[in-house]
Amino acid sequence: MHPIAWLDGSQDVPSIAVVGGKGAGLAVFAAAGLPVPRGFAVTTDAFRAAMQGAAATASDDMCHDAPGPTVLERAAAHVAGLDARHHRDLAQRAARARALLAQAPVPSVLESAVRCAYAELGPQVPVAVRSSTVAEDGTEVSFAGAHDTYLWVRGAADVMAHVRRCWASLFTDRAVAYRAEQGLAHTTSDMAVVVQRMVQPRAAGVACTLNPENGDRSAVAVESSWGFGEAVAEGVVTPDSYLVDKVIGQITRRSVADKAVEYRLCGDAVALVDVAEIRRAQPSLSDQEIAEVVRLAMACEAHDGSPQDVEWALEETAGPGATRVVLLQSRPETFWSRRPRHGYTGAGGSDYLSGIVHTLLQPLHAATRPAGAG
Amino acid sequence: MSGVFPSPFDIPTPQGADGWEELYPYSLVFSVDRREHEQAAFWFQDGVHWPHVLTPWEASFVEFSMVSLSQYNSRHYLVPPTLGIDHRILHGYAYLSPVPVGDPVEIQQRVQGFRERAGYYYDNWTELYEKWLVKVTDLVTEANALRFDPLPASEPIADVLGGGGIGSIHRLVQSYDRLVELALRLWNYHFEFLNLGYAAYLDFFGFCKEVFPSMPELAVASMVAGVETDLFRPDLELRRLARLAVATGLANIFVANTTDVTETIERLRGTDAGRSWLAEFEISADPWFNFSAGNGFYHSDRVWIDHLDIPFGFIRDYVLRLSSGQVLGRSPEHIAAERLRVEKEYTALLPDEEHRESFARRLALARRCFGFVENHNFYVEHWSHAVLWRQLRSLGAVLVEAGFLAEPNDIFYLRRDEVPTALWDYCSSWAVGRPARGPTYWPPRVAARRRIVTALGRRRPPPALGPAPTQVTEPFTIMLWGVTDESVSAWLGGAGDDPGLVRGFAASPGVVEGPARVIERLDQVDEVCDGDVLVSPLTAPSWAPMFARIAAVVTDTGGIMSHAAVVCREYGLPAVTGTAHATSRLVTGQWLRVDGGTGEVTVLNDPREVAPDAVTVNRTE
Repeated sequence: MHPIAWLDGSQDVPSIAVVGGKGAGLAVFAAAGLPVPRGFAVTTDAFRAAMQGAAATASDDMCHDAPGPTVLERAAAHVAGLDARHHRDLAQRAARARALLAQAPVPSVLESAVRCAYAELGPQVPVAVRSSTVAEDGTEVSFAGAHDTYLWVRGAADVMAHVRRCWASLFTDRAVAYRAEQGLAHTTSDMAVVVQRMVQPRAAGVACTLNPENGDRSAVAVESSWGFGEAVAEGVVTPDSYLVDKVIGQITRRSVADKAVEYRLCGDAVALVDVAEIRRAQPSLSDQEIAEVVRLAMACEAHDGSPQDVEWALEETAGPGATRVVLLQSRPETFWSRRPRHGYTGAGGSDYLSGIVHTLLQPLHAATRPAGAG
Repeated sequence: MSGVFPSPFDIPTPQGADGWEELYPYSLVFSVDRREHEQAAFWFQDGVHWPHVLTPWEASFVEFSMVSLSQYNSRHYLVPPTLGIDHRILHGYAYLSPVPVGDPVEIQQRVQGFRERAGYYYDNWTELYEKWLVKVTDLVTEANALRFDPLPASEPIADVLGGGGIGSIHRLVQSYDRLVELALRLWNYHFEFLNLGYAAYLDFFGFCKEVFPSMPELAVASMVAGVETDLFRPDLELRRLARLAVATGLANIFVANTTDVTETIERLRGTDAGRSWLAEFEISADPWFNFSAGNGFYHSDRVWIDHLDIPFGFIRDYVLRLSSGQVLGRSPEHIAAERLRVEKEYTALLPDEEHRESFARRLALARRCFGFVENHNFYVEHWSHAVLWRQLRSLGAVLVEAGFLAEPNDIFYLRRDEVPTALWDYCSSWAVGRPARGPTYWPPRVAARRRIVTALGRRRPPPALGPAPTQVTEPFTIMLWGVTDESVSAWLGGAGDDPGLVRGFAASPGVVEGPARVIERLDQVDEVCDGDVLVSPLTAPSWAPMFARIAAVVTDTGGIMSHAAVVCREYGLPAVTGTAHATSRLVTGQWLRVDGGTGEVTVLNDPREVAPDAVTVNRTE
């Protein structure tokens, strides 16, 4: 059993089965040389070991001779057969399942492996602890955000506690409801947990390597706001939004929003706070920084070979005003990528004159509108 | 959109301009006899070519250019959906009205003819363009060779004994007639290729915008634009001369001398290196400095070769920049490599092989044709017009000597059709031996006309007249003038809601801030300072050497392929074109942010609202 897999490109890229979708993605991009904050995964092996080890110490009325059900099976039993429309019932039963997983004792060899790996990231270094699920048959997308992510976790004990909370997040209300509605088993999911050096961003957001409005692959859409990217992901602010051409790099659309709140580090915790009045309407990225986000997103797309949805953060580095953009996550865009590409519908297949006649007859077809007008 | 612009019959004549109609041909002014169809049509003011009041003779080029454009569309190539562009002059300003082919059956009937006629030009473009270059340079040569001399006291003996049987009157009358004929011929040549070139461009453009709806116009333009075009050649020659001056140790002569060109030339003549530099200057100057400081459509546009302070000033700028270690512009190799990169990367984004083939074929055609679109401007509006204006001025000098005019430029205050009448008066009196009527007839009339032109120039006319079109569909209106549904809406909306925001075409990317320098007339361009945001009715390609010093360009007229846009992109200068209102809404000294990527100009700070010292602080930031 390998309880820990490094995601920093120092090892062979681990499989999704071992480190989950998110973990494998980060490892792939780190191995490709992209700026991914250093981190490791607590593997699915570790998850299973924890879940199985737990069964023996379970103190209920189950028979001790026969191999007992695993903790996972018992958690699943709590939510079996529920009707997801009954919210109170769902909430109570899911909470019981989570408590079971979070309290399950962890084999000491596993715990020390996590402590060792954490120590290697640096003394008391703040990390993000994120669940990274394995069900990669397309359900991963629907599960996006369904599991938990913890920011600014410090100290080995806390890291371990949050790893367990991630495990428990297999049984969040949303995840349970989703599986119940889809008729999926509650026991088939495997979960890895990603532990990654925490970036304290000046600004963060998302980028999509096509225009989400029309599927146009010549553009990158960037959304950005102050502080941690969760503000953009959760939609608690209207972010600054940009559309950038991939080839000539022109910012063809620019909307700087009034950004009222941001997630910021307050003391030792990340909290949602008001943005200072003078910063609210200021652009959260300079043009150079926008270009850097676009470059990063395009590098992800080039590496994966398909349009990507990217989460990024802008980290302040040594030197006055120096910043760098880091990759927090990139995964394939699924809406437009699954639809047929939009092609040219005008005339002029083989005969250029037909094309010209068509153009003259329908110049509006050419959409000669000023980009900034109207 | 729906809405109505003022009727041409409802615009009051500016004070002091009564009788202005007499300055222009009767067929060019709106008239009650044609009231019904004239006020039923939509007219837009052509500020792209004629941002200022036209003098009587200058109006000839409205006629020659619009008739030539029209005849190529309507009668030569049978462009299926479009006939000509009707044209009028109101209070000295040119208004245009595109005439579509209304009947869909007729449009279809024209398609076959268009395929046959235009197809021949597209198929044989390169050879025909080679022929065009010969035709137009022959035309310049012939126009240059025309002589406008005062009539002699007696005919030279050789002419009499030569048995030719005609005299100086013939030569003088014929020279003017020939000059006019060459001017019309020039404009025929101008439109021999132009609209076909634009159509090929628009075809590629339409393909790109459908496959990549978010693709900036600029990307299309940068793939089609030529690597080395004749329009940029004058500036390249300035740089060559500046480099030569630095390399041969002449920099000091240029740097030391700020204003006096004569003195600079004298000092250059004093050394071997200077003399060889001057020889190189002569080589560059013919033809490349036949370049107008305006757009070539006005007799007052200063031409470099006639105003050496202009090219010498630019060369001095370049010498200074070279001396401080700067690089002057991008090399053609760099531009070619970049163009290839852009083409390759878009090709890679296309969905399949069929699209890639179609893209490549359309791009190749657009590029081949667009060479003409870029180059013709130098040959026609700059070089040829410079010669035509110069020759008319020499005819003006003849009439000055005869007492008809006070100064040579007065000739431009005669209509084209009045010049032969005046010449006849002069010739007649020469032949008869009694005084002509001209010296008493013309000077007061010219003086009155000058006053009228000044009065007309005090008021900018409305951007459009008559009922707004429901949709702008005429392809050349869109391509050549950038008139779109949006611009018509903007005109209807007047100044717009937000006085601090001006929108136009995103013509050349980049975001900068700087103080506005609003110029009304193209010859005010001398007032522009380093770091200014130039706000002008339009720009001339000959301003390019100055573009290295200013922050951005904002124009009232022109689209994405207007000369301003092409030149700004070439020089990496942010530009917003076709704003319609910039010169009337912005004020010199306002602190502006220009976003050439989105087409927005924002007023950040208005000097009229803050203390003057605050403005000064901003300007030095």
